[in-house]
Amino acid sequence: MKKHSLLRRKIIDGVIKILSGMAALSGIAALAWILFVVLKKGLGAINWDFFTQLPVPPGMEGGGLANAILGTFLMIALAILLGVPTGFLAGIYLSEFGQNNKFGEIIRFSTNVIMGVPSIIVGLFVYTLMVVPMGHFSGYAGAVSLAIIMLPVMARTTEDMLTLVPNELRESALALGAPRWKVTLNIVSRAAKKGLITGSMLAIARVSGETAPLLFTALNSPYWAKSLNQPTGNLTVTIFNYAMSPYHNWQKMAWGASFLIMMGVLFITLAARGVLRERVK
Amino acid sequence: MRNMESRSSQINADKIFRWTAAFDSALILILIVGILIQLIIGSNLSLKKFGVGFLFSNAWNPVTGNFGAASSIFGTLVSTFIAMVIALPLSLAIALFLVELAPPWISNPVGSAIELLAAIPSIIYGMWGLFVFAPFMANTIQPFIGIHLGFLPFFKGPPMGIGMLTAGLILALMILPFISAVMRDVFQMVPAVVKESAFGMGATIWEVTSHVTVRYGMRGLVGATFLGLARAIGETMAVTFVIGNNHSISASLFEPGNSIASTLANEFTEASDPLYLSSLIELGLVLFIITLAIQIIAQLWMRRFNKEMGRSL
Amino acid sequence: MTEPRVSVRNLNFYYGNNQALFDNNIDITTNRVTAIIGPSGCGKSTHLRVYNRIFELYRNQRATGEVFIDGKNILAPNIDIIELRRKVGMIFQKPTPFPMSVFDNVAYGLKLHYKLSKSKLAESVENALRQAALWDEVKDILNKPGTALSGGQQQRLCIARAIAVKPEVLLMDEPTSAVDPIATAKIEELVERLKSQYTIVIVTHNMQQAARISDFTAFFYQGYIVEFGPTKKIFTNPDKKQTEEYITGRFG
Repeated sequence: MKKHSLLRRKIIDGVIKILSGMAALSGIAALAWILFVVLKKGLGAINWDFFTQLPVPPGMEGGGLANAILGTFLMIALAILLGVPTGFLAGIYLSEFGQNNKFGEIIRFSTNVIMGVPSIIVGLFVYTLMVVPMGHFSGYAGAVSLAIIMLPVMARTTEDMLTLVPNELRESALALGAPRWKVTLNIVSRAAKKGLITGSMLAIARVSGETAPLLFTALNSPYWAKSLNQPTGNLTVTIFNYAMSPYHNWQKMAWGASFLIMMGVLFITLAARGVLRERVK
Repeated sequence: MRNMESRSSQINADKIFRWTAAFDSALILILIVGILIQLIIGSNLSLKKFGVGFLFSNAWNPVTGNFGAASSIFGTLVSTFIAMVIALPLSLAIALFLVELAPPWISNPVGSAIELLAAIPSIIYGMWGLFVFAPFMANTIQPFIGIHLGFLPFFKGPPMGIGMLTAGLILALMILPFISAVMRDVFQMVPAVVKESAFGMGATIWEVTSHVTVRYGMRGLVGATFLGLARAIGETMAVTFVIGNNHSISASLFEPGNSIASTLANEFTEASDPLYLSSLIELGLVLFIITLAIQIIAQLWMRRFNKEMGRSL
Repeated sequence: MTEPRVSVRNLNFYYGNNQALFDNNIDITTNRVTAIIGPSGCGKSTHLRVYNRIFELYRNQRATGEVFIDGKNILAPNIDIIELRRKVGMIFQKPTPFPMSVFDNVAYGLKLHYKLSKSKLAESVENALRQAALWDEVKDILNKPGTALSGGQQQRLCIARAIAVKPEVLLMDEPTSAVDPIATAKIEELVERLKSQYTIVIVTHNMQQAARISDFTAFFYQGYIVEFGPTKKIFTNPDKKQTEEYITGRFG
């Protein structure tokens, strides 16, 4: 029998190995490049004023993004209040009651599908739902669109974590005479606590960096948010507006905001992963 | 000792609990349907005025009130295509590297680093793309390509940096961690015994991968492709920063263009005219339907794959 | 002869379309230990799990017939399940400490069903732990998580948890099969002492265990109760041939 050249096979193998390694390396290189750039340009823009001053008119020097920082915080906080408990309960349904029925199947499928919907569409949706009837942009609309993005993520992570809890635990609590809701909230959720916290943190991290859904809901504003019932300054839309502008000072601000956003997101993500690792140990 | 007749308050609490949870989960489906309905209602004006021709018309004139989705759809498709062409082989290679080639002390940190790429918000990619990568493309890559491949219609025109090619490249970088994560899972799902029997016959790692692993997990790899595709199509901020915001269809990748998402991002807050607004919402509707279709196909596909692998969803 | 604590009449059980229990009839005597033995898959656990309706957690499982506890048919629709489950406690094969401290584990059922002052609560917890022969081992680590205990200790914790709410019947589903031999001996000892206060039904695949600790034994085979009677009789002079063959190890 004629044999394939062993050398040729080995060479191909070797080449593939090298190419794969290079692919992985290029991914790391890109990550490093991006991190480095954001760090360098961002740190250059961060100073005390950045955190305390309001934005100045275009073309002028100085100023800060204090109102945007506050606005982002407020909207994320409201989104958490709206999205986390709702998503948690939805995940509870899927895990505790919806395991073997058609409705549960449909919702599970829908959850996967909606997680793939572009966030700008969510923003568009909330625009038609809230901004148009209310007649103006608002931080509330922004928070709602962020909550809508969070909902399926929380539901999915809750379901995943709760289904890991063995049934014997549920049965033991039920056998003691606990009603279903206590079993789920006191016992099962507590058993899955670490995973649930991790999941929430990752959902929050994901939503913190979103821009598109805020573009036509919260819009942006250079003033302090006296109430959320008006356009609300926020970091991500500010980045968008400032970066595309021709003003050097604004571009610098955009980098500062980018730095804050990226650090925040990465910090929460890594913290969440840290909690997860601790649990696995 | 209390008797054992029904205790209504407890039963009610449990009922309320279950119904609230059920409602919250139903919200997810309600939202999908709601979005569809709202977008259709919002597109009413332009649906009436332009009909199906909207999808194929290259016009985009807010002054005369003539709008067409063609250039946006074109840009979405082309940038996504570029992204997939680059990201798929790279993701495969990375997944291969992490699962088959690298020892744990390498694959764990490298894998985590790749996953971190996925955590970076889209707008950060946009900033990096606009201020760093696009100039890099304009000064280094594009001239290089222009010299060697400039005879092709794809690479004609001045090296601006901003444009379809750059958008496609950044998009590739963004979907890379996502696709490679799914492919990694697929590779890991292939039972060890299958791979071992191939190794036992003297096959090289590449041979085992291409002949056995990939074939075994082909369905899952296709699914990963679909999922990445859906991601890429809806990606907004990174693309908006570097695609150029130009309603034109051009063969050259160096030219600026736009995608559906970038058009929406750039123009929505400027649109004052109801027809303009309606056309933009209709663009959103188109994007939503495309994404929905891909997602549904991808989910159905992955479902069958997971069943094949014996894994329950 | 004392009134039976639990009386089962014409009990049939179904998993979906598959019938698992056929026409079970049995009387469980008060303050005695009744063992349920039989080969794997013969319906022992299924039967036990009807007594506290724990099977209702699963949608496709159902029971027909009657199970009388204290004169009331607990399979009837208007029964207070919460109170039923307080009266009928259950210990599972795998120890299942709740994710909370040792103290909170035992207190959990108490807080569910009773309004107790802090001191009363602590007293009840201590009593339960003493009854379960665990007090001395955990009295200094009451605040440690229940999961920090050894397997045998965890199982005794579950027993303490169950008896804290003063049930009348204790159901034990293979309580020692996941636990080491020394802990097994301790738990068997416990069962001996507990029976004066509670009515105990224990499912076990370990015949020697049944012979050791039970007063009555029921032999199940493929969903039927083949034979039921005093343990001594079952193990030395059974009526049915099948029983004898199982006892002597000819199958199982």
